[in-house]
Amino acid sequence: MLAAAADGFKPQLPEDSPSAAAEFHVLAVDDSYVDRKVIERLLKISSFKVTVVESGTRALQYLGLDGEKQSSIGVDHSAKVNLIMTDYSMPGMTGYELLKKIKESSVFREIPVVIMSSENILTRIDRCLEEGAEEFLLKPVKLSDVERLKEFIMKGEEGKENGDKKSKKRKRSDDYNNNNNLFPSPPFSSLSHPCDPSSSPSALSSKNSILRAEIE
Amino acid sequence: MLGLGGDRLWADMNRLLAFLFHQGVLDEQFLQLQQLQDHSSPNFVSDVLSIYFHESERLLSNLRSLLMDREFWDYKKMGIHLNQLMGSSSSIGAKRLRNVCLAFRASVDHNNRPGCLRALEMLEHEYCYLKNKLHEYIQIEQQRALAAGVRYPAQNN
Repeated sequence: MLAAAADGFKPQLPEDSPSAAAEFHVLAVDDSYVDRKVIERLLKISSFKVTVVESGTRALQYLGLDGEKQSSIGVDHSAKVNLIMTDYSMPGMTGYELLKKIKESSVFREIPVVIMSSENILTRIDRCLEEGAEEFLLKPVKLSDVERLKEFIMKGEEGKENGDKKSKKRKRSDDYNNNNNLFPSPPFSSLSHPCDPSSSPSALSSKNSILRAEIE
Repeated sequence: MLGLGGDRLWADMNRLLAFLFHQGVLDEQFLQLQQLQDHSSPNFVSDVLSIYFHESERLLSNLRSLLMDREFWDYKKMGIHLNQLMGSSSSIGAKRLRNVCLAFRASVDHNNRPGCLRALEMLEHEYCYLKNKLHEYIQIEQQRALAAGVRYPAQNN
């Protein structure tokens, strides 16, 4: 169970301590039962606490963002969510629509949202990142993807603890700005990528390499 | 004696997987599923596969119904079912089945009726083959678990 502390985590825990990750609660959203089983297991084995729901509507209900009003009646406040992972293509509310609703909420907009999709469509990726998604993962999601997310969240929480800005493990936009004024500084989340693109099969890293190729 | 049985079962399992990889039926995502199975979740692979079989059969049945309609073909619905089947197939590493879905979807996108009918047959055939092979895998896994259980009775739940 998470402590009732405002941030829901303890400072000074070593990064790779399993108990540190166990304090992180991920809300996963996917309409496919198979995928829900897999993502739940991926997250649990990486020591996250997991809640899995089958639709965007259910996700909003769980968060207490029902319909038009923000209802906190009956919502378990000790189950604070640290990360939302959602499938893109879902009937009813898509992952993109869910992302928008979360980013529109003053209460929940700080929660990082990761989009998962089986289709590597650049316009789709762009749209999600522009709307504030932290990351876009290509399905099938692997352990290495989840491990990377774990590192990213923990660095982020550490940064908040220290009063820093969000972790900027790789900030390629700095290079771009220094060398080439044709590329304006992008929003942080769209390019700064908390992983090593050379080892990542994600769509985001392939987008990075496209941009790098254009500059060179 | 049981040790030898366990080793042989292990070899059988690997031979089966190597064969399926070589044929392009499965890809490395299946290995990822295996990695997610451990003492805390000892039946993970067979649990996921059960769900997969159930989901796939429902989707295949829906596809067949849609194609059996003599009057109107709902291509849009077919596309939706195919995407779902593709997604879950890819999640368990069923590469070849996923590719058959892709070909089917191409026929759907082109409103190609005979193409769709052929694709459905291929898909049902491929699914049948995959299910049989995965059942073989599950059986070997269960035998291995039994062999280990008999050797180390204290580990039984």
